[in-house]
Amino acid sequence: MRGTPMDPGDPRLLFDDTSAGGDRHGHSGVGKGPDVYPGQALLSDPMSNLAMVYGSSLASHGREMMDKNLDRFIPISKLKYYFAVDTVYVGKKLGLLVFPFMHDNWEVSYQQDTPVAPRFDINAPDLYIPLMGFITYILVAGLALGTQNRFSPEILGIQASSALVWLIIEVLAVLLSLYLVTVNTDLTTIDLVAFSGYKYVGMFVGVLAGLLFGRTGYYLSLLWCCVSIFVFTIRTMRLKILSEAAAEGRLVRGAKNQLRMYLTIAIAAAQPIFMYWLTFHLVR
Amino acid sequence: MHNSANMAFTLYALIQTAILFTNAIAVLHEERFLSKIGWGAEQGIGGFGDEPGIKAQLLNLIRSVRTVMRGVFFCTVLILMSVHSYDY
Repeated sequence: MRGTPMDPGDPRLLFDDTSAGGDRHGHSGVGKGPDVYPGQALLSDPMSNLAMVYGSSLASHGREMMDKNLDRFIPISKLKYYFAVDTVYVGKKLGLLVFPFMHDNWEVSYQQDTPVAPRFDINAPDLYIPLMGFITYILVAGLALGTQNRFSPEILGIQASSALVWLIIEVLAVLLSLYLVTVNTDLTTIDLVAFSGYKYVGMFVGVLAGLLFGRTGYYLSLLWCCVSIFVFTIRTMRLKILSEAAAEGRLVRGAKNQLRMYLTIAIAAAQPIFMYWLTFHLVR
Repeated sequence: MHNSANMAFTLYALIQTAILFTNAIAVLHEERFLSKIGWGAEQGIGGFGDEPGIKAQLLNLIRSVRTVMRGVFFCTVLILMSVHSYDY
């Protein structure tokens, strides 16, 4: 049974609460447990009871402290926002990644200054699709290399680290160029990782097509995916990087806006280049 | 024809590249070189007008990298000296 029904107005409730059903089973299991243990006398001894309570309180205190310190280095609560997706969102987003031409409204909706969770807004960036796309790309790369008898288990690790390194380089380059152009944007580093990770979808679609239909299939599908990612990136980044007036399409003169437009185009153009660079050696 | 152009581009290679690039930025000498080509620190703080341009941001970046690397270098020298002194 589902927990409380989803309330779109409450962005803190990112995940469905399925604990109601689980708890019932859990409690019944635990209830039977101590009856079956032969050392039941051990648990009724007050000293060991006290030790158990103290031990469990120590463990929970330690876990609290670890969570608090870990949250300082890796913002876990912020990461949870990027994984608050559901099937409908993933389906729509994948469709948007391969066919962004009909979509009109690219703005991310906000709710009291915080962006809405991805499951309620198709334009919001998420980390689920890039992560799954990356893993699928690695697996498909292994498959492609296997069909050419070039496979060995180390190859998977090499491909993964290679793609990861290029991702890091791309994110650093975008961060550097955003700093140099002094853009006042609310793009966080994780947003940039998400936007750079969307190209893995196009990459593995291309390699799959290359496996099924040979080089022509690979080139055709890669061309289509490159164009889609180009349009997708431009339309998404335009709203975040350019100023309000320029993003609405009105021609705004000024060197700064022109520079920002060039930056958007450069970021978008880097995607197809990386897509080709990371996949052409996989298809013969 | 097995194209291994981007094979084995490991994380360690990235770390090496990053350190070498940072070092290259940090060793650009202020007096002898940057001022000669018009990239000295005082030329970066142009007007306090609108917003710093690209050149000012770049000069700022170079100066910050130099300062940070000086601090890191100084700390590592301190640590290495204090560790080394235990040999005697």
